[in-house]
Amino acid sequence: MDLPPYATTGQRIWHYGFKVICGLIFFFLIAPIMVIIPLSFNAENFFTFTPGMLAFESDAYSLKHYRDFFTNPDWQQALSNSVKIAPMATILSVSLGTLAAVGLSQDHVPFRRAIMAILISPMIVPLIISAAGMYFFYSRIGLQGTYMGVVLAHAALGIPFVIITVTATLVGFDRSLTRASASLGADPVKTFFRVQMPLILPGVISGGLFAFITSFDEVVVVLFVGSANQQTLPWQMFTGLREQISPTILAVATILVAISIALLATVEILRRRSERLRGMSPG
Amino acid sequence: MTTASDTDFVVFDRVQKSYDGETLVVKDLNLGIGRGEFLTMLGPSGSGKTTCLMMLAGFETATHGDILLAGQPINNIPPHKRGIGMVFQNYALFPHMTVAENLAFPLEVRNIGKSDRDAKVQRALDMVQMGEFGGRRPAQLSGGQQQRIALARALVFEPELVLMDEPLGALDKQLREHMQFEITRLAHELGITTVYVTHDQTEALTMSDRVAVFDDGRIQQLAPPDELYEQPQNSFVAQFIGENNTLMGTVKEINDGVALVELDDGELIDAKPVNVSQPGERTLISIRPERVEINKDRLGENAHTIHAEVLEFIYMGDIYRTRLRVAGNDDFVIKTRNAPDQRRLQPGEKIEIGWQPEDCRALEA
Repeated sequence: MDLPPYATTGQRIWHYGFKVICGLIFFFLIAPIMVIIPLSFNAENFFTFTPGMLAFESDAYSLKHYRDFFTNPDWQQALSNSVKIAPMATILSVSLGTLAAVGLSQDHVPFRRAIMAILISPMIVPLIISAAGMYFFYSRIGLQGTYMGVVLAHAALGIPFVIITVTATLVGFDRSLTRASASLGADPVKTFFRVQMPLILPGVISGGLFAFITSFDEVVVVLFVGSANQQTLPWQMFTGLREQISPTILAVATILVAISIALLATVEILRRRSERLRGMSPG
Repeated sequence: MTTASDTDFVVFDRVQKSYDGETLVVKDLNLGIGRGEFLTMLGPSGSGKTTCLMMLAGFETATHGDILLAGQPINNIPPHKRGIGMVFQNYALFPHMTVAENLAFPLEVRNIGKSDRDAKVQRALDMVQMGEFGGRRPAQLSGGQQQRIALARALVFEPELVLMDEPLGALDKQLREHMQFEITRLAHELGITTVYVTHDQTEALTMSDRVAVFDDGRIQQLAPPDELYEQPQNSFVAQFIGENNTLMGTVKEINDGVALVELDDGELIDAKPVNVSQPGERTLISIRPERVEINKDRLGENAHTIHAEVLEFIYMGDIYRTRLRVAGNDDFVIKTRNAPDQRRLQPGEKIEIGWQPEDCRALEA
């Protein structure tokens, strides 16, 4: 974005002012996350930069908090819980959310908007309300304090993301393709898996990613619906913060940030690949 | 008007279609299509032709009446079990599959073995002269090439009936003419029954064995192309097919198959009564531009002549197109061949034109 030669002084000032504002916004968003990364390598058990760290002395840094994370049974239990719950919740969200989005994209479905609003509501309703509601409901039917309960609760939170992303990809989906598939002899199930699914896959994947991160990061619902056996990473971090302020939390946070970046990068690569396919698609 | 016989391959029997339960998009359709016939449904948009095609394909259900395929009612058979090939307006090729995968798809869902499948795919590609393109993706092909692939895909599983929904609409004129020829050639070579939907009358005339002209949810006329053009049964068909000159008048008398018509400016002419029967009825006289003669020597002795004033002369290369004022109508067009002895008329010139009474058809107003 270069300045044209005829730009006035005002435009020049705005041009650079705009860049400064963008930089500030970027800093505001990133700084709180970036600051934890050097802190997680702290050799002391504090949340602060020691004078040694600021002077870049090598013995002021250490991996001991990472070692703690990978050896402490509490953290390992939490990690294994998260790794168990999040994928299951994701699979549920993706299957149900995709089906809902495909169904709701058909013209003949009555009350589409109302149904859509209800399905999306977990994203809009304050989490604490959903969590309290789920707590009472799940205790009645015996799901409170079970893995199944947490998985179902997280799936409910993830479904709106899947519905939204899949609905967005379905907007660009050419209906005559499903008709063509039917005219060629494929039944609706084959048509879905062979024709529709491959083309809406980018939406399904990014919806799934959001659902996964929702479950992986979620602390409120799991506090209500889960019991000590289902303590997930965020829950463990939350208790860690309240009870013993250990920089291990920062190490975990850094690992989670790295995972998030890796996932987002994957999705971006997939999205570009599908855009390439789509950009060249006819009609 | 058009009743189906028992031997017809496709039969529409008193079919009606309404989307909202109030207005009928298709009104009482009766149509029989013979085995191996190339039938075109021609009509303006909203005339119900595409709805008929979609009902035959199974994507719309008839509100009333039966559709029969080879004698069997198909109302309750889902589209994927009808075994009807279809070419879509936007081709509807699967963008995530290669050309060969697109063609193999209908064979795959029919559980045809791999080697057999490959052979059939290659044969279908060769048939549309696209043998080299099996590995490409649809997006890497031009519109005309995509159109050929769509055609090959609709034919590869050897259906007996193929439906085409304005398949040439997106192509440029030259390519369209070439594909018209190609499609009719294939249809006749393979002996398949074809139902073709278009709003392009040239396409309908050049490709079809019979044309069904649709308007307002009804078939206005069902006839071979020459009959449709030369003997339109009503004023809609006369005006929709080809260029047409119209003169308004009132029937004075009808004797021995000749109607005496008084035009609105008082002139009396003879015409062939088509769907007028009573003296005193208003009528629309229809004359094709190329049947109007300006050279008196070429007119027969029973020809009718009338005065005209030249308003505009357009040179079109192979023909001259001249706009005249005839009996108060400023839009009377005649076409004359660009022959060595042909005169170029000048605007303002007063001339005498003539035609044979049988080329002048008295239709309902």
